[in-house]
Amino acid sequence: MNGLIKDLGLLINATLIATPPLLLAALGSCFSERCGVVNIGIEGMMTIGAFTGAVMGLTTGNGWIAFLCAGLAGALFGLIHAFVCISCHADQTIAGTAINFLGPGLALFLCKAMYNNSSDTPAMDPSCKLPKLFEGVFPTGSFWNNVLNVYAVAYLVFILAFVCWFVFYKTKFGAHLRAVGEHPEACESLGIDVYKVRYTCVILSGFFAGLGGAFVTLATINQFRPSVIVGQGFIAIAAVIFGKFSPEGATKACLLFGLCSGIKSLAAQSNVVSPNLISMIPYVVTIIALVLFVGKAHTPAANGKIFVKSK
Amino acid sequence: MRKKVMAAVLTAAMVASVSAMPQMVAAADDEFKIGLITDVGGVNDGSFNQSAWEGLEKAGEELGVEVNYLESATDADYQPNMETFVDEDYDLIISVGYMLADATREAAEANPDTKFAIIDDSSIDLPNVTSLMFKAEQASYLVGYVAGLTTKTNNIGFVVGMTNETMNQFGYGYCAGAIDANPDITVQQFNANSFADSATGKTMANTAITNGADIVFQAAGATGLGVIEACQEAGVYAIGVDSDQSSIAPKTVLTSAMKRVDNAVYDAVQELIDDKLEGGVQTFDLAAGGVDIAPSQDLISDDVIKAVDEVKEKIISGDVVIPDNKDDFEAKYGDVYVLD
Repeated sequence: MNGLIKDLGLLINATLIATPPLLLAALGSCFSERCGVVNIGIEGMMTIGAFTGAVMGLTTGNGWIAFLCAGLAGALFGLIHAFVCISCHADQTIAGTAINFLGPGLALFLCKAMYNNSSDTPAMDPSCKLPKLFEGVFPTGSFWNNVLNVYAVAYLVFILAFVCWFVFYKTKFGAHLRAVGEHPEACESLGIDVYKVRYTCVILSGFFAGLGGAFVTLATINQFRPSVIVGQGFIAIAAVIFGKFSPEGATKACLLFGLCSGIKSLAAQSNVVSPNLISMIPYVVTIIALVLFVGKAHTPAANGKIFVKSK
Repeated sequence: MRKKVMAAVLTAAMVASVSAMPQMVAAADDEFKIGLITDVGGVNDGSFNQSAWEGLEKAGEELGVEVNYLESATDADYQPNMETFVDEDYDLIISVGYMLADATREAAEANPDTKFAIIDDSSIDLPNVTSLMFKAEQASYLVGYVAGLTTKTNNIGFVVGMTNETMNQFGYGYCAGAIDANPDITVQQFNANSFADSATGKTMANTAITNGADIVFQAAGATGLGVIEACQEAGVYAIGVDSDQSSIAPKTVLTSAMKRVDNAVYDAVQELIDDKLEGGVQTFDLAAGGVDIAPSQDLISDDVIKAVDEVKEKIISGDVVIPDNKDDFEAKYGDVYVLD
């Protein structure tokens, strides 16, 4: 029984480590996809966020300021994506791919320029990072320590997910953003400024992706390396599609991914099962869940289509 | 007319300045030219590649040879980088890491008069290729020994980035050292199966700590950063790998199992100059300064440092032989290492 409770605590702990960066990026992706702009540049925006978070943590010594700056850096990349896709009518997939090259490339370039040609930022002191809840309250290794003594942001993201859900379904802006993603021409005829709504959403998607990246460098570990965000942006996009383009669906999908990473760690303590099979757990579980429990996802009708404002 | 004269003079000046350049290079022609090609990490990766380049830079300063490096941004750059150095008549081309094995083999076959050296790969059997191999199990044994003497819970952890012949040597050495220092010890072992997943590394270290470990050793690249961070947050010790990782968390990283790639590269250059560099496998061990534990020892107690120095001498003299494969390990310690 004790062993079970301990394992449960570890699973929750693992979920609270793996889920937040994915969920933040996925919430951002929801905004972008639902308003009709495909954003596969999430990965690049996360990398820029991770880098900015590490640099600002080192320079300001305040985790919250660094976290916010990382969001703003991501938002700047969101703005670039928005300008290229919305104002310049570029192909959204290609623009997103460009962001995925630009983000990691720029992060590496700036890192080398700022830190003596090194591809990693120096490691941060724990005091520069985001704060943890209940630090030192529970004994190390206890159930409550594993469940409650985690980074405050790890719980905050779930509140944020709820706020996103509220914005999507309970506010005028939410109704506009959903409508704009389905039928922008109709929205325009009703006097909704399609460009404005889409700009806001795409910038928000960059902001959230930047926060997601910064969680890795300001909470999970304590420095930036080019290899810290590999594939997480794409997993976040997959979670959004899996969650039918809704914040609540994406939250469930990211939780499932996070939980599986915990199971993976518990299962990797011997060679009884091939490590390659264990690494497949999150993906296999997702496919099974997709087939059994999730019906057909409705892609926003205008997603990825170029919309030109009538004069 | 004046303009034309002016143009002619300027053109002549330009041609002269350009043609002067090869002469400068030609003046240094009797010197040895040695080139280093990194894997995708780059020369400032704070680890393997950086260590190799530092060794070569030192050789350049002290031995009076011309040194240069080319970084590989992707796997596709290995071959072009190789060709660049071959075309410029470099005497020795050093490849950092087993990822460059194919490119090195092709270049060595096509250019039998050029010498090549490759770090951490022994698969190329050509007269002009020298393999520089490290006895990782010796360094791992020493950090395992430190862990075995330092742990208060008789329970330590190990996180590896992948299980294969090379990576398992870390595990054999670590387990052997820990058991020799402390026969009652439990070693919890995890295979992250990734060198780039710090969240998984952190979760694995948390699992080890929850189950009683108070020291965790990682040989797992960026996955290992998660391990070190988990240890820092929980207030237990971590052990670094490849280079002295103390700077990542000065109060947490107890010691590191180092591969002295810099020494190996320096030695290879020295042999080239002395005309003694031959093809085949060169193994760098503790005795040759090829592997060691990190110089940062502030967190280790004096008694432990003394004990480790003694065991070091026994390894160098051959009194203690550390198993580097499954059969040898299990013959002496039983089936303790469970990841192979």
